[in-house]
Amino acid sequence: MSTYFVIAEHLQGVLTETTFEALGAARNLADATGGQVVGVVLGHEVSELAAQMAAADKVLVVDHPSLAHYSPEGYVKALEPLLQEHRPRLAIFQNTAIGMDLAPYLAARLDWPLVAYCNALRAENGAIVTTSQIYGGKVMAECRLDDGPAMVTVLAGAFPADDGRAGNSPSVEQVTPSTLNGLHTRFLQLNEPETGDVDITKADVIVAVGRGIQSEDNIEVAEELAQALGGVVAASRPVVDAGWLPRTRQVGKSGQKVKPKLYLALGISGAPEHVEGMKDAELIIAVNTDPNAPIFDVAHYGVVADLFDIVDALLETLEK
Amino acid sequence: MDIVVALKQVPDLVEELEINDEGTGLDPDVLSFVLNEFDDHALEEALLLKEETGATVTVIGVDTTGELDQALYTALAKGADRAIKIVGDFEEGERLPIPVMARLLAGALQQMTYDLVFTGVQAADDLDGQVAPMLAALLNVPHVGVVTSVARVNGVVKVQKEFWGGITADLEVDLPAVLGIQAARQAPRYAPVSRVRQAMKEATIEEIEVEDLPEAPVAPLRRMFIPEVSGRAEILEGDEATIAEKIVDILRERGLIT
Ligand SMILES: Cc1cc2nc3c(=O)[nH]c(=O)nc-3n(C[C@H](O)[C@H](O)[C@H](O)COP(=O)(O)OP(=O)(O)OC[C@H]3O[C@@H](n4cnc5c(N)ncnc54)[C@H](O)[C@@H]3O)c2cc1C
Repeated sequence: MSTYFVIAEHLQGVLTETTFEALGAARNLADATGGQVVGVVLGHEVSELAAQMAAADKVLVVDHPSLAHYSPEGYVKALEPLLQEHRPRLAIFQNTAIGMDLAPYLAARLDWPLVAYCNALRAENGAIVTTSQIYGGKVMAECRLDDGPAMVTVLAGAFPADDGRAGNSPSVEQVTPSTLNGLHTRFLQLNEPETGDVDITKADVIVAVGRGIQSEDNIEVAEELAQALGGVVAASRPVVDAGWLPRTRQVGKSGQKVKPKLYLALGISGAPEHVEGMKDAELIIAVNTDPNAPIFDVAHYGVVADLFDIVDALLETLEK
Repeated sequence: MDIVVALKQVPDLVEELEINDEGTGLDPDVLSFVLNEFDDHALEEALLLKEETGATVTVIGVDTTGELDQALYTALAKGADRAIKIVGDFEEGERLPIPVMARLLAGALQQMTYDLVFTGVQAADDLDGQVAPMLAALLNVPHVGVVTSVARVNGVVKVQKEFWGGITADLEVDLPAVLGIQAARQAPRYAPVSRVRQAMKEATIEEIEVEDLPEAPVAPLRRMFIPEVSGRAEILEGDEATIAEKIVDILRERGLIT
């Protein structure tokens, strides 16, 4: 029987949404192939989390004080022998700040193939066919995993979390981790995001600027437009990394998830890491000079033009 | 302290991408290459540490494009001390699977002394996984990815790792270690053209020649394709004023403005 492993992720005592999505992906594969889903939770005093992995048939809990906080080294040291022993058909990791640490490291240690950035998985004549989003969302790649063991990382938002939440309570099994002594990585502290600035997750209207805004001085025109629309300015990561807007304004994978009534994306290409944070907005209008920008795949309306021309024209029209 | 920064060029995503006739990759004839933006951040963080601690910075890369010199000379012009390229019988401009690239880099690193290895947290073409954690596994040293700052303290490094929603963690890591850099503490510096020219005249790039590609587990690629161009967006046409009117109409209809 094929076994599908799902490596759970949690911070501050809460399983992430993507954990349930990964579980949903595993459940659907297992149902299609007559396999079983095994969840893996690493941490300290985390049995409660194991019980929440409803769609799993079984959950393995690796409990150890040195896993109380996430460290890439502690996790891979605990996972390697477990994967080695069970050799699952497919080990499903998440394409997140945690899964991206673990899967490639373990793939190299175990000499297993890994397919990253998956947004679809399907069983086909005994093989698992994966679809990945690469080149900033501009290209899709299909791989075929004929047999196991193998690994994937799955993109956030691509698989049904509800399917991961449905099910009976899985059986929970405690696993004694192999040696976790002498780790070379030590957790110091967790830092909460800064607050005090505007909360973009509460805004109905967001004017979001990307690298197309070109300079710090140009943020002002976006501010002007946001004011005219009764909204706030948010940004893609490079704009924040450049220091043109505070970290609190960042939308996406490592920033905030937003669901405004209007998301106006100016000069944002639509990389998967950005789209993750805004694709559920009620209305998305994108302005970009590149007609092939992936942002147009998630936008409801698109404008292929220079953002500065459109912003000026909008300000004029709104003034009337 | 010796820092090695692994650099890689990726297709410039601003250009239109085309799939090759076999449907197995991008058409190398129509590609232009740029340094992976996260590698640029990795280099910047290394250069900041050099300024703070007197570390040496070596840049290294597998020359799969035939154009890696450009990235290496630019790095030297920015302040790197030494540059190495791994050359071999690669299909020019074609994607080298990451498990193969990681093994080539690990092979070179095993012949060098290093305390830290930096590389970008990801690249646009790492379909088969990120290179930093693979490299760490092959070198059997600890790894932390999605790093946004590195500080040297008492013989170890203190790094900040990002999770999501703005949450970060501070971790302490013994050396040697491999770090996947998400963003440097400051925006990557520019190298003036004159300095790059000077580096091209005065500096030498060391070469490591590889005979055979290392064995590595690579998931068989069936095909690559450009996703449906139709997308979802309805494209608004006209001159700026017309488009602005259309947008305002849409917003009015939805009661977003009065
Ligand atoms: C672990 C990880 C986490 C990440 N988290 C996030 C995140 O939370 N949020 C995020 O945004 N990114 C995140 N990223 C980065 C992400 O991969 C992309 O690099 C980023 O989203 C690109 O931002 P951009 O669209 O502004 O820039 P680019 O991709 O450079 O796009 C700029 C766009 O502007 C257009 N343009 C240029 N000039 C004009 C003009 N005058 N008028 C109109 N259009 C113009 C161009 O055609 C282009 O499409 C993350 C990456 C990693 C690895």
